[in-house]
Amino acid sequence: MIARLLTTLGLMAVAPALWAAGALEGDVQRQPLNISAILMFVAFVGATLYITYWASKRNTSAADYYTAGGSITGFQNGLAIAGDYMSAASFLGISALVFTSGYDGLIYSIGFLVGWPVILFLIAERLRNLGKFTFADVASYRLKQKEIRTLSACGSLVVVAFYLIAQMVGAGKLIELLFGLNYHVAVILVGILMVCYVLFGGMLATTWVQIIKAVLLLSGASFMALMVMKHVNFDFATLFSEAIKVHPKGEAIMSPGGLVKDPISAISLGLALMFGTAGLPHILMRFFTVSDAKEARKSVFYATGFIGYFYILTFIIGFGAILLVSTNPMFKDGAGALLGGNNMAAIHLANAVGGSLFLGFISAVAFATILAVVSGLTLAGASAVSHDLYASVFKKGKANDKDELRVSKITTVCLGVLAIGLGILFEKQNIAFMVGLAFSIAASCNFPVLFLSMYWKKLTTRGALIGGSLGLLTAVTLMILGPTVWVQVLGNAQAVFPYEYPALFSMAIAFAGIWFFSITDTSASAAEERARFLPQFVRSQTGLGASGAVAH
Amino acid sequence: MNDPIYERIQANPRFQELVAKRERFAWLLSIIMLGLYLAFIILIAFEPQLLGTRINPDSPTTWGIPLGVGLILSAFVLTGIYVKRANGEFDALNKSILEEVQQ
Repeated sequence: MIARLLTTLGLMAVAPALWAAGALEGDVQRQPLNISAILMFVAFVGATLYITYWASKRNTSAADYYTAGGSITGFQNGLAIAGDYMSAASFLGISALVFTSGYDGLIYSIGFLVGWPVILFLIAERLRNLGKFTFADVASYRLKQKEIRTLSACGSLVVVAFYLIAQMVGAGKLIELLFGLNYHVAVILVGILMVCYVLFGGMLATTWVQIIKAVLLLSGASFMALMVMKHVNFDFATLFSEAIKVHPKGEAIMSPGGLVKDPISAISLGLALMFGTAGLPHILMRFFTVSDAKEARKSVFYATGFIGYFYILTFIIGFGAILLVSTNPMFKDGAGALLGGNNMAAIHLANAVGGSLFLGFISAVAFATILAVVSGLTLAGASAVSHDLYASVFKKGKANDKDELRVSKITTVCLGVLAIGLGILFEKQNIAFMVGLAFSIAASCNFPVLFLSMYWKKLTTRGALIGGSLGLLTAVTLMILGPTVWVQVLGNAQAVFPYEYPALFSMAIAFAGIWFFSITDTSASAAEERARFLPQFVRSQTGLGASGAVAH
Repeated sequence: MNDPIYERIQANPRFQELVAKRERFAWLLSIIMLGLYLAFIILIAFEPQLLGTRINPDSPTTWGIPLGVGLILSAFVLTGIYVKRANGEFDALNKSILEEVQQ
């Protein structure tokens, strides 16, 4: 019985791997140069660069740069958060999964959604009430600035680095696939554009790029789903029965199937996803772009709605691809496989329902999606360096706005160069594990420290520092010793650590470490830190003293 | 940090009422969400054929479809319920507490 449950849990968590890797893994066939896609992409870049120019004239203070002056509304922020979550790989990967296995695709997407309501109920408003620019503001609120900010900045930078590598390599491959552009050209182009958005436009431009992309992606996906439904006269029964007729698995696509991996790894990855989302610096930073807790709550409400709607669309799109793509010899090679692989299902469907112009549109949207996500990541990384390391640790809170912003901009350029370099370096590497690793680290270092700093009075600097570091180290070490890096990347025969994802173990170690080293901390400063919990608690509940919107 | 005002708020019975109510509500909704998700997983683990059963023998739609889509909708509805109460009742209470202690 238990084994069966574990197996199912395993099944639930395979999706992340798909989501992480999705279309972006393995060898891709370079496609012929796609002119209409390139033209539409150029239009997108033009529009977003204009927004960046507009935003750059409004960015005067650090608050403008980091959080768009708190001027984003709940609705806009909800779109931006949804944009961060709806990556190109999730669009192509989940629709491909529905295309190959039917119902399993729906099960997978549900796993991604259920973390959001919990973030709303337990984290969003306290975070907004306590923080200013970065989540380290909250984690270090009543603890020692230097230690906790250094830890949080390290956690953020490691997460950002792994996530960036995965996105850059994915971007290069996807662009090669969709546009027929050279890999290196694609990576350099993505790097330069992302630096432009962040450097000149800050959070305001980054947010608007994300919003535009989310609207384009949602409209494109809605149009595809609509055309699919029109094809079956808006009758789901017809959609399903036609799909059953032509799908090789027949009736099985209407019930849970069986892509099953090792259950412990799968549970571990499931945990990483759920709590990792609540520890991703670029997602957490979005909660500071709204004016108060009220708007922060609304953002999660809208985000959950958009993400849920998007998953329902991908389900219809996957079934539409079964009907319209798998039956059309135009989209298949000699052996009957889909051109460019199963991850191209949604792209081919775009061609089938909207012709080459709409195909170009969807390809351009997929590229825009990657750009928007890497910009958010870069901004989060730059803030960790300038706001946490430079202003709070190095200058002990005495840095002026101007210097802090300068450091942030220098860091942005460095991150851009680094991202391009790593993107090229990792071109031939298996990068599928990197997003999983980023989530595992976020769940094992950032999340426990952040969560306990808001909920547990007895937390002390010593506990947070030792426990958080243990979580970070365990996550990285177990990942290196596990099958993905030790065997697949380093080429050893047998993995030292048998499971693919470490979060189950590294989270347990982080929480246990924080607990043990906090309760045994009897120093005077620990007593002061516990005493400061009261004002922190009152502020987290009432928002009294919280940083508000900056008037423009 | 202005300590006396924080202590006054902490001592205010209406603040304690707000905290107790909101915490209970937030945890309750979290448990409902996770419970629904867990129930869905358990159903797939132990009764996968149930989700694959047709609702109506004449139509190919299986029970899994409304349950799966229902779960997505429930996530949206639960966040909606929380936001409505938190932005209405709780924020009003919060505002009146702040006004009371700041006089």
